[in-house]
Amino acid sequence: MTIIIRSEAFNPWQEIQHYQDNVTGYGATNIFIGTMRDFNDGDTVKAMTLEHYEGMTEKQLKKIVEQASQQWAVLDALIVHRVGDILPNEPIVLVSVWTMHRGDAFDACRFMMEALKSHAPFWKKELLITDEERWVTHNTDGYQPK
Amino acid sequence: MSIKIRYFASLKDHLGRSEDELVSGGLLSVHDVWQRVNATQPLPSNVLVAVNMDYVNLDTLVKDGDEVAFFPPVTGG
Repeated sequence: MTIIIRSEAFNPWQEIQHYQDNVTGYGATNIFIGTMRDFNDGDTVKAMTLEHYEGMTEKQLKKIVEQASQQWAVLDALIVHRVGDILPNEPIVLVSVWTMHRGDAFDACRFMMEALKSHAPFWKKELLITDEERWVTHNTDGYQPK
Repeated sequence: MSIKIRYFASLKDHLGRSEDELVSGGLLSVHDVWQRVNATQPLPSNVLVAVNMDYVNLDTLVKDGDEVAFFPPVTGG
């Protein structure tokens, strides 16, 4: 189980490939990648800064991985999250889960991502096309039915 | 020994500082800590609180040496 906070852009596919070389016994991998949008709340966003509470972020993410591992048969998990200045189309977060069977992979990955959104102390500040800066005040509800 | 108080994101901007320090001289709740260092500022209703990097309630007791953090709802991912 590995948690990485990155201040530079990362390639999630390379991260997964590299990490998976050392995972054994799995039959299912579930991946979530969150990418920065160039729009939010009806405005064009040209950049974003992600602030975090160093130390608490790692502590909370570790707790989330432990909770997932207690509920599902998780063989291994990798979380990578960006901080600092981010541009549109750059990955913000990667959650990857390896299990023996698909049900555990789907459910554990979903749980970890939703728990990260509500508990990991990260905050987004957007820079709009108008050069106005604003803090993002809330997340969308990932479980809201369409 | 003292209590270290930290602020993040929009709350840090609103207060104009990222840290405070308080010598408690006894047990205080998290809410007491806020009032001691922000006497003229009401605690925002949606604020989240952590002591030593774990989420807590406003009535949680803190002591010298603890780190108390106040911050707005998180928006990562």
